[in-house]
Amino acid sequence: MNNLLRTVRNQAAVAAGVALGPIAKVRTRLQTRWRNLPVNARRGVGVLFLAYLFVMPWFPPPVIKTPDTDFNNLLGNNIVPFIIVALGLNVVVGMAGLLDLGYAGFFATGAYTVGILTSKHANLPWLVAMVAGVAVSMLFGVILGAPTLRLRGDYLAIVTLGFGEIIRQSALNISWLGASEGISKIKRPPSFGPVKFSALQTRWYWVFGLILILLLVYALSLLENSRVGRAWNAIREDEDAAELMGVPTFTFKLWAFAIGAAIGGLAGAFFAGKLNTIYPKNFEITQSILFLAAVVLGGLGNRWGAILGGALVAYLPERFRFVGDKRILWFGLALMLMMIFRPSGLLPRKLAGRRGPERAIDTDIHGARAGETTEDLGGVSEHEEHGRA
Amino acid sequence: MDFHNFVNTFWANTFSGLSLGAIYALVALGYTLVYGVLRLINFANSEVFMLGTFGSLLALNILGVPAEKPIRSGASLVGALVLMAVLSVAFSGGGAVILELVAYRPLRRRNSPRLVFLISAIGASFAIAEAVGAFGIPGIKSKKREEYTFSRVWDTRAKLFNVGGFDVQLRHIVVMVGAAVMMAGLWLFVNKTRLGRGMRAVAQDAETAKILGVNVDQVILVTFVVGGVMAGGAAFLNSLYTEATRYNVGFLLGVRSFTAAVLGGIGNITGALIGGLMLGVVESWGAGLFGGAWRDVIAFSVLVIVLMFRPTGLLGEKLGRARA
Repeated sequence: MNNLLRTVRNQAAVAAGVALGPIAKVRTRLQTRWRNLPVNARRGVGVLFLAYLFVMPWFPPPVIKTPDTDFNNLLGNNIVPFIIVALGLNVVVGMAGLLDLGYAGFFATGAYTVGILTSKHANLPWLVAMVAGVAVSMLFGVILGAPTLRLRGDYLAIVTLGFGEIIRQSALNISWLGASEGISKIKRPPSFGPVKFSALQTRWYWVFGLILILLLVYALSLLENSRVGRAWNAIREDEDAAELMGVPTFTFKLWAFAIGAAIGGLAGAFFAGKLNTIYPKNFEITQSILFLAAVVLGGLGNRWGAILGGALVAYLPERFRFVGDKRILWFGLALMLMMIFRPSGLLPRKLAGRRGPERAIDTDIHGARAGETTEDLGGVSEHEEHGRA
Repeated sequence: MDFHNFVNTFWANTFSGLSLGAIYALVALGYTLVYGVLRLINFANSEVFMLGTFGSLLALNILGVPAEKPIRSGASLVGALVLMAVLSVAFSGGGAVILELVAYRPLRRRNSPRLVFLISAIGASFAIAEAVGAFGIPGIKSKKREEYTFSRVWDTRAKLFNVGGFDVQLRHIVVMVGAAVMMAGLWLFVNKTRLGRGMRAVAQDAETAKILGVNVDQVILVTFVVGGVMAGGAAFLNSLYTEATRYNVGFLLGVRSFTAAVLGGIGNITGALIGGLMLGVVESWGAGLFGGAWRDVIAFSVLVIVLMFRPTGLLGEKLGRARA
């Protein structure tokens, strides 16, 4: 049985190698050519691409379309919230190495705060409510994190999962929060001049979302290269060593949790402002798991990876709606294959490691320690494995 | 809070809580054993349970038991029950083995970090549940995502005796006794057999066990089989208890069982038993006190509170050893 499996696997690997060999060669050639381009040419391409992203709703891309759903709606309803969520979750899981299986809870907190403040119990403008949503989510992050962040990885995972469920079921059972009917008539972001946000004018949501995403990326890159980011790196790689070197690990873990929660709340606020109606079933456990899948798919610890992963996880199920109710089945299989053949995600952290010496050392240590097959994945509590091995 | 209702339904909730808890405990063993040996949250264990319920259903289909008439006579009833149990265990055990060979072993060969295992397990869980939801199981007329109901072979709702105004039914006793028997069997296996000793050795220190000649891959496979068998037994008992299943029946039950395992101390076999029973009873009492809708909230709140004071669960983590 084992031998048979091994033979099959080896032959499959050989076949895959034969098939993918030329493709890999072309890829390396393209990569080298790209690296040899002058810096300004590369920047120019980047700027052009970014400019195109801004006008994408007016000039939809040729291949990337969704036959069964309105593309602009998809951009605002799914893709922007997913990307923001993936960026936030990447702080918690990818940077600080804390496994969070209940991130939909923070997403829900942001959405519900906006719902309550703009429609259900108050009449504030969306912008104010959004700020409140971010603040409340952050507060929830601290409330959840303070007692639980002393727990080890796997316990943290189940506690966060439980927290996500507590939030959803509370929303489902408390009539003050709308119970199963959810909250409707949530306000939209303010329109001004030609920039309009309405049910029919969905294009500006994408532009607005894109601005939010870029601001977030900028803020997160500052954070990552600061003392906080270095502390997270240290905690992720070896929490005990970090503590011994004088890093107050608990404080920084709490910060990661709070910042992640705040970003999740922002995504929820955007989501509520786009959809106008939210239901408890928008925030089920499967949603949390899809969020995590997005981050891992893109490449843990890499912001661009998180963006790509978030966009893909939001987009693919809509693109392949025609396979009907088997979408999740394929998604599950793809996730498994991905973990076997490309476990560090589509854009691994290494690719981002071209900035300053501290990054280079980071990859070096990893390479030396993990051997040839293990990819740099910022594995959650990897030090535990080493401690136990 | 409804104290009146709590008092009125106390015994009913206690017995249904203990029965549910026994099922949680059996499924929790699947999580706990694999965690003890591999330090891995086998997220897809819930789907192993789900496959087991379909095993029981297939047995009923093969026998062609009519929906309305329970079999009362001795021999044919025992035969039917045995076939249900065997198919449940076979489906669950087989599912667990395939899971290990397809989803986990390739990753172990590559020395992947633990998060990769977890994501792979999540993928497998989605894939298995959705495959059953989309295609059904061969031999059973597919109802896709609808609920399948079991025809009742055994009149398990027969009333046996009365405790404080609550009529205890046969199914409560069957589930509890069945779970107790399986637990005892597991205890004997882990503590008295050669393979069980291998499991404990790998759980303690995989590297040293390997050096001393333990076939680690075999032990891991056995661990999955044993976890699968426990889930299969749980599925069989659940089929007698709730008499319904569907493609996603595993998910919530899996989450609760995993909670039970963590509550008792993951990696700890006795912990799974205590955690399962405690979770079942507490959530049933909580449902009586606050209303059924709050079930899961209560269960998870208890978990958070327990972990705050005992960060490694009630009994701590161990598989026949002190924490390494």
